[in-house]
Amino acid sequence: MTQIELRGLQKFFGAVQVIKDLNLKIEDNEFIVLLGQSGCGKTTTLRAIAGLETIDEGDILIDGQPVQHLKCSDRDIAMVFQSFSLYPHMTVYENIAFPLRATRMSKAQVDQEVRGIAKILRITDLLAKKPSALSGGDMQRVAIGRALVRRPKAMLMDEPIGALDAKLREEMRAEIKRLHVKQGSTTIYVTHDQIEAMALADRIVIMHEGVLQQVGSPDEVYRYPSNLFVAQFVGSPVMNVANAAVAEDKAGASVTVQGAPQGFAFPRELLSKLNGKAASSALSLGIRPEGVLVQHEAADGFLPVEAHIIEPLGSYDIVDLKVGDQMLRARTRAGYVARAGARVFARIDPSHAHFFDAGGQSLGVRL
Amino acid sequence: MAAVRTSSEVALNRVAIVAVLLITLIFLAPIYWIASTAFKPRNLATTIPPTVLFQPEISPFVKLFTKRSQLRTPPTPEEYAAAPWWERLVFDGGEKVVRDGKGNVQPSGYPSRFMNSLIVAITSTILAVGMGTFTAYGFSRFRIKGEADLLFFILSTRMLPPVVVAIPMFLMYRAVGLNDTHWGLIILYTAFNLSFSVWLMKGFIDEIPKEYEEAALVDGYTRMQAFFKVVLPEAATGIAATAVFCFITAWNEYAFALIMTNRRAQTAPPFIPSQVGSGLPDWTVIAAGTVLFLLPVAIFTFLLRNHLLRGMSFGAIRK
Repeated sequence: MTQIELRGLQKFFGAVQVIKDLNLKIEDNEFIVLLGQSGCGKTTTLRAIAGLETIDEGDILIDGQPVQHLKCSDRDIAMVFQSFSLYPHMTVYENIAFPLRATRMSKAQVDQEVRGIAKILRITDLLAKKPSALSGGDMQRVAIGRALVRRPKAMLMDEPIGALDAKLREEMRAEIKRLHVKQGSTTIYVTHDQIEAMALADRIVIMHEGVLQQVGSPDEVYRYPSNLFVAQFVGSPVMNVANAAVAEDKAGASVTVQGAPQGFAFPRELLSKLNGKAASSALSLGIRPEGVLVQHEAADGFLPVEAHIIEPLGSYDIVDLKVGDQMLRARTRAGYVARAGARVFARIDPSHAHFFDAGGQSLGVRL
Repeated sequence: MAAVRTSSEVALNRVAIVAVLLITLIFLAPIYWIASTAFKPRNLATTIPPTVLFQPEISPFVKLFTKRSQLRTPPTPEEYAAAPWWERLVFDGGEKVVRDGKGNVQPSGYPSRFMNSLIVAITSTILAVGMGTFTAYGFSRFRIKGEADLLFFILSTRMLPPVVVAIPMFLMYRAVGLNDTHWGLIILYTAFNLSFSVWLMKGFIDEIPKEYEEAALVDGYTRMQAFFKVVLPEAATGIAATAVFCFITAWNEYAFALIMTNRRAQTAPPFIPSQVGSGLPDWTVIAAGTVLFLLPVAIFTFLLRNHLLRGMSFGAIRK
């Protein structure tokens, strides 16, 4: 039963503020992912919780108790490092037993605990080996075992699978999820990989330049990004963002992408929803590639566009469409648009559209 | 990697092998010379050209360990017959072994000087490497005000030839009574080796990722425990390399030992050349003393050779 709370966290490296007034409450047993680009302050936040970094302002509370003055050995928090950081001079067994030997646990019990966790992680046959003899995935299993073995209050993971190759990363991702479901512990996981974040998190915390951008379930941050940064950081391929103008026409509303001769048709509702919101002339339209519909035949509401570049990705293609001055990327069936330069017809699915104001904040208008 | 070698590469390779052999020979020649002299009869030690083939003798080593005096009259046949084999060797050289009133053989100064060398070199090596490791760890891991200046200051203690400070040191030592004491030499050699040890160890510790300690910290250990349980084992290679260099420096030191000590704490280097025998310089005894003196460093280096080789490439190659 561990809750972690960050209150008004501030951290400076010299004159550079790397964490700006961070507030976050993490519930018991929750799997939280701190997501952001490198240098956004996510790792510093994690290290501050672990006690490897001091903070300049604010409180870190574990189960309601401020811990920012405690040494890391007194916080009862385990951490998995990106570099695995297995002690090279110790065997796998000794590595996993190491945190237990810091306590007054008996030898027999240490042995029992180490073998127990090794069984869960399926590394029993590796116990006698030195870390240098292990593969990357096994090293990380050992590192996770070392962190889990003493049942810490919370588990911190700093890009634990970032150093592995793509296939192994996917495997370990599933493994970490499996472990979390099975063992259950409050977990904070740092990554710059939004797919990892989406796959693992109960809630994602998106940070940018030391500022918390949005906290929400993977579904929430994907469907209701609070600003342009989140919108473009989460989701792959990246969300299209285009300067656009909204106008009223005979059929309802139309959204015209900058430089385009015609607008996309939208339901009239949009007008009333936008009414009273920030100046509608300086809008940004955000639309994920799956919200751009493409077909070969002309139809009502579809605009003629030119396919520019086609990226075949196996199960689907990403087609760059030239609309006005802007490029919109659409997701199509594999091979649907045969060649670059083809004339096709495109429409925007209004239910996929996001609108952002000039400052990049979401207007919260969804149809 | 080119699997096929061209003829010019093969030729170059042979030249390189010959060059390495030559260089090795040049380095080994003095050692052969001194080692062979240690087993020569006294009259062959100084022949020109040097004698290469001779009947090896053990007498230089007997003389090295015993106190002798010049024979005025040759020993009587009874005396000669009653003497053990080693004493006869001394008689053969025209000397006799000095005995005290109870007839006990008096040892030469060599064993105690050798022991002094061991005490001084080992203690100062432990101190220099120990303090150097702690200091290097501090410099490597913590943000220290004026770090670069402090490190330069530490290095600067090596920038002048030690002999320059010999006389002031001698006067200071005399004033505080450290002259001719083990601690006097130990302190001196430790100070002398410390800058070297700090710099070398800092290089090694810088190479140890600090994540290891951080892992130990979150695993529930204090920084001190993390240092001993994680950093030290990882730094073993560097410690071994540093220890060998410090030991060699302290072991071979001559000038200060000559000035600062004369009896009680005298080390072997100033003692060996003073072993001129009871008459003319006996080069075979000097050679014997030198050969024995070479052994500890050779053994120490041999024991740590794996660490040393790894130490040489440390930082350049990391898995």
